[in-house]
Amino acid sequence: MNDAEPVVARGLVKRYGDIVAVAGVDLTVGPGDIFGYLGPNGAGKTTSLRMMLGLIRPTHGSVRLFGRDPMVEGARALQSVAGFVEGPRFYPYLSGRRNLRLLADYDEPSSRSRIEAVLETVELRDRAKDKVGGYSHGMRQRLGIAASLLRQPRLLLLDEPATGLDPAGMRDMRDLVRRLAGDGITILLSSHLLYEVEELCNRVAIIRKGSIIYEGTLGELLATATTGYRLRSRDPERARTVCLNHAGIENVALDGDQVHFSADEDAVASLSIALGQARVPITQLVAEAASLEELFLGMTGGDSGDHDREAVAS
Amino acid sequence: MTAVARVYRWEVVKLLAQKRTYLGLGAAMIVPVIFVVVLQIQSGGPNDVPLGRYIRDSGIVTPLVVLLFMSIWGFPLITALVAGDIVASETHNGTLKTILTRSRERGQVFAGKALAAFTYTLAVVVSMGIVGVVAGSIAWGFHSFTSLSGTPVSAGRGLALMFASLGVYVLPLAGIAAFGLLLSTITRNSAASVVGTLMFALFMQLIGVLPGTESIRPYLLGTQFDAWHGFLRTPADWTPVVRAIWLSAIYIFVPLFGAYLVFLRRDVAGE
Repeated sequence: MNDAEPVVARGLVKRYGDIVAVAGVDLTVGPGDIFGYLGPNGAGKTTSLRMMLGLIRPTHGSVRLFGRDPMVEGARALQSVAGFVEGPRFYPYLSGRRNLRLLADYDEPSSRSRIEAVLETVELRDRAKDKVGGYSHGMRQRLGIAASLLRQPRLLLLDEPATGLDPAGMRDMRDLVRRLAGDGITILLSSHLLYEVEELCNRVAIIRKGSIIYEGTLGELLATATTGYRLRSRDPERARTVCLNHAGIENVALDGDQVHFSADEDAVASLSIALGQARVPITQLVAEAASLEELFLGMTGGDSGDHDREAVAS
Repeated sequence: MTAVARVYRWEVVKLLAQKRTYLGLGAAMIVPVIFVVVLQIQSGGPNDVPLGRYIRDSGIVTPLVVLLFMSIWGFPLITALVAGDIVASETHNGTLKTILTRSRERGQVFAGKALAAFTYTLAVVVSMGIVGVVAGSIAWGFHSFTSLSGTPVSAGRGLALMFASLGVYVLPLAGIAAFGLLLSTITRNSAASVVGTLMFALFMQLIGVLPGTESIRPYLLGTQFDAWHGFLRTPADWTPVVRAIWLSAIYIFVPLFGAYLVFLRRDVAGE
């Protein structure tokens, strides 16, 4: 059992001629993380994941999975690792079960004994005898998870697993990811679905134009987005006056029965005492945080995706 | 079962599950039947090719004459259909990344694919041979026939020589399969690989008939398709057979090694 970090990427760069698909990615995924890898389309998420799985060779930099470099150790570095990039792909002319048998034979001999169990886990047992060519998108995604679970991974790399699924399919996929994480599997999940990341992940990295612009816990990220405070009062006019006259309280604005202002935590603490002493009735005093979506759009400059880059990168 | 054997087994399963496999195999098996039917209907025969005038002597001669006709583009096309597709189709369908993120090394996957492509090449030639002998024997019987030296060959010995001939014939065809595998690995495009492989085979034949190429003709891949004639002479002429063995080995291993190196290092991205 290797106790090194599940994923350590350092200085990952991938160039295709003059086009830089990944410009320098450093990230660390710790044991037990559900790590969200966020970025607009074409930002370099899939290319990064391909390098992590050893499918493409980095121009510079390295990846280590539990301390092993896939470029140096090949398939041995993928021991305890599973996942898919750009959606799982199977042989359409073989049944779901036959596809899993094939993949099990590409793994260790013990994988075969787990086929029925993983089909059960992803609720595909009833359709396992049908050819994959007739599967819906959601069924293929679930078969992709099943194929990954055959390997009894300690690390799952999933590239946009819920993309293209209907709302019920997305919910099922999120439940499945949560269950797998509950079983102790570390998960690196790329996505551009912010609510998915917000709901599932404890740590995130945001990639923009091939570079990581944030890496840390989701809580820390959201904390950086505290843009101000909202005060609701039965006497908003007096509340506004107290705010205007209090040191450290800035950008005061009245909006109906609410007063908005910006301040640091110490100033807010003393303001709450001042409001009490002034007998201003307060019904709410809350920090206003930007949503992850607002944060994301702010950090990525609202990129809708660089499709030329994606085309080359893929 | 070793890792390569497991990969090989599944490559064969995949081939057996695809229509194009049967297209090539079916074509290889139907050609001798058509050949026999046409010769049953018509009175003439392929008298201008070796053994052609003895085609009605024995069913054993049928596949040997068909070999001559299928050397130009028939067998090269059938071989290219599978060898040119075996890596490219997986790249195109995205399944290459599926199997390369499991526990098998790239070299093992490549070896399994190459073995499957060569197995298919052998299978189509042997199938043609068996169907040819059966169809020919139904039409003309299973008798002794006349060798290329004009001496009689018994039916039993003739059958053994026929299979030996098929074995030698497969060697240059495996060279074409190896070239198809190389194109399949480099181009990642099935159509380009299949057409490119066929062009290569035709080019090799074309060089052989151009004036001024007499000195290099014995070393061309196309020439090796006639090496089996040595078995049907009395005494057997081993010179073309031995040359076909070592030359085909070169034509097989050079592109195969190139394809192997490319396969080991290539980026596997979606198409």
